[in-house]
Amino acid sequence: MPFLTRLFVKTALVYFIAALVVGVLVMARPILNLPPIVAGLSPVYFHLLMVGWVTQLIMGVAHWMFPKFSREEPRGRDWLTWTIYGLLNAGLLLRVIAEPARTVSDASLWGWLLALSALLQWLAGMGFVAHLWPRVKGH
Amino acid sequence: MTRPSLWFLRSALIHLALGFTFGGLLLWNKGVPIHPLLWRLLPAHMEFLLLGWTVQLAMGVAYWILPRFYTQRGDVRPVWLAFVLLNGGVWLAGMGATLAAPAWVILAGRLCEAGAAAAFAFNAWPRVKPMALAASHRE
Repeated sequence: MPFLTRLFVKTALVYFIAALVVGVLVMARPILNLPPIVAGLSPVYFHLLMVGWVTQLIMGVAHWMFPKFSREEPRGRDWLTWTIYGLLNAGLLLRVIAEPARTVSDASLWGWLLALSALLQWLAGMGFVAHLWPRVKGH
Repeated sequence: MTRPSLWFLRSALIHLALGFTFGGLLLWNKGVPIHPLLWRLLPAHMEFLLLGWTVQLAMGVAYWILPRFYTQRGDVRPVWLAFVLLNGGVWLAGMGATLAAPAWVILAGRLCEAGAAAAFAFNAWPRVKPMALAASHRE
């Protein structure tokens, strides 16, 4: 298994655990009187699961298993895969911080961090499509 | 990679690009408001990423890698039907809800998606088998 695939899959596993822990916190909030910031974690829970776990796992496995890009670069351009990894995780982590913070603070900083998170994740998605498209091919 | 898989996977990547774009706009709009109407992209964002991207990717990869009958992957017609129904369903249900279309449009979309699942299972079901069966089929 290539290093980048291991990185994607292990990071995805961390998000998988984190998502389910966040899911427990969201459900436990009214029962245990947890602070209001936990209420802002609902969309974070879903995106940790679907972006952090599912999409990142797919990205890692596709990088490994899809038909080769070329003889010289069988898995495409490594710099692009590293960039996708960095953008996706930076964007998702920014969301994890900014989205609940916005529910308890009026500071515009959180809104702009959320917008930055949107931009980083969007760039990661477009980068992944550009990276994988040429590898979706016949023999 | 087989021809139906190429179509499923390319369509999945297109839905990923669209779904991430809608999601990026929604998240940016949440942090730094652009226009309230952007919230209407939410059903399309969910439909495109859950069914158009994740489910369609799984179908494309499954058709490609499930055990074959010697060199054959079974009757390809239900698989093409599944492709058409799934993509038609995703657009009817996703864009229907986003554009506030009548409820029957969204219902038609969901029916198409259910039909896609049935058509796909019709091809995949007999291919979920032990390796020994593949060998005996060859003889």
